[in-house]
Amino acid sequence: MKLLGLIGLAVLTQLLPTWWHDLLLLLLVVALYPLARISLVFAVRQLRALWWVLTAIAVAQVVFASWQVATSVVATILLLVLAAGLVTLTTTTTAMSDVVVGALRPFRRFGVSPERVGLLLALSIRSVPIMLGLAEQIRDAQRARGLRASPRTFAVPLLVRALRHAQLLGDALVARGVDD
Amino acid sequence: MPLIEVDGVSHTYAAQRRPVLHDVSVRLTEHRIGVIGANGSGKSTFARLLNGLVLPSRGSVRVDGHDTRRDGKRVRQLVGFCFTDPDAQIVMPTVAEDVAFSLRRRDLRGRSLDGRVVEVLSRFGLAEHAEHPAHLLSGGQKQLLALASVLVTEPALLVMDEPTTLLDLRNADRIADLIAGLDEQVVLLTHQLDLLDGYDRVLVFDEGRLVDDGSPGDAIAHYRRLMRASR
Repeated sequence: MKLLGLIGLAVLTQLLPTWWHDLLLLLLVVALYPLARISLVFAVRQLRALWWVLTAIAVAQVVFASWQVATSVVATILLLVLAAGLVTLTTTTTAMSDVVVGALRPFRRFGVSPERVGLLLALSIRSVPIMLGLAEQIRDAQRARGLRASPRTFAVPLLVRALRHAQLLGDALVARGVDD
Repeated sequence: MPLIEVDGVSHTYAAQRRPVLHDVSVRLTEHRIGVIGANGSGKSTFARLLNGLVLPSRGSVRVDGHDTRRDGKRVRQLVGFCFTDPDAQIVMPTVAEDVAFSLRRRDLRGRSLDGRVVEVLSRFGLAEHAEHPAHLLSGGQKQLLALASVLVTEPALLVMDEPTTLLDLRNADRIADLIAGLDEQVVLLTHQLDLLDGYDRVLVFDEGRLVDDGSPGDAIAHYRRLMRASR
């Protein structure tokens, strides 16, 4: 339901006639955060990585189009990212995975395993903090040995440890009966 | 207690020439079984044979009469496996979802699933962390979650591969107390020999061979002698 709402919202943004309609919709999405009992600070934090991209887009739109277009484009991106964030924050991975499994069921006849794709989604989300942890450990080890940061000395041990983790995770999945 | 039968088992991994286990035969029926040995002695491979994670190159392994080669699914329903590193075992992003994942594999859904998850998390002191991301738990809590996710499926036998190695003393004691209170048959691999106090039987592995099999006192004494001799 939430995913359908998100898709509907994306379609709606393309149908709005003026820039202030986009701004209004953005305000509406922002207002949903307190309603979902999620701090607005958290919402803003999600956008931290986007500021530079948004600034570049805004400047380009002002130069090549108009400030109205720039406002409309930036507001649309912001509201869609915030809405997607809200869906993620208020939906369990299991529920999202169930939606994916349901949506892919018709593709079973083409050899797609919906359950595997659902599991892949859950494992991808679970793996993000694991990979960040591994990267931090490798950086610490390099600093402790007085090594300078270099892509090679960082990427090779990260890859090796990620593969090792994947192997252990595979064993754990088999032990928990995923292959049965 | 399920009967574990290991008959004439040897095993060589595909990437290696040297066998990691040589002609191991043992029948286990006891409630608490310890497995000790140096790193690389073959004890982890032995543990993995018990739930079919590793299929023997030669010989056979049966749990409660089910052959791990022919009836792996049934064996994995009987045998729960707990790994050293809980991060490699927790597959779902949040605590409750990981426990629920095990139950969904057993086709439990809806309210009965939710109820069972709450019950198990309470038993393991994790109820207040139910909706927390698993990666934010402490090492001890992660190992408790890994254990909870295995035990929620009610296996008859629990195999644990050095579950306290990565933990501090307080958390290791907590896990040890929890293991001690389990009704399930337990096969525990460990380097912390004091955990084996009161165990019914301890197996000692050395260079892929089962070199001792007896009471904790005798087996641990044998292991210490082996370690001293190899210095």
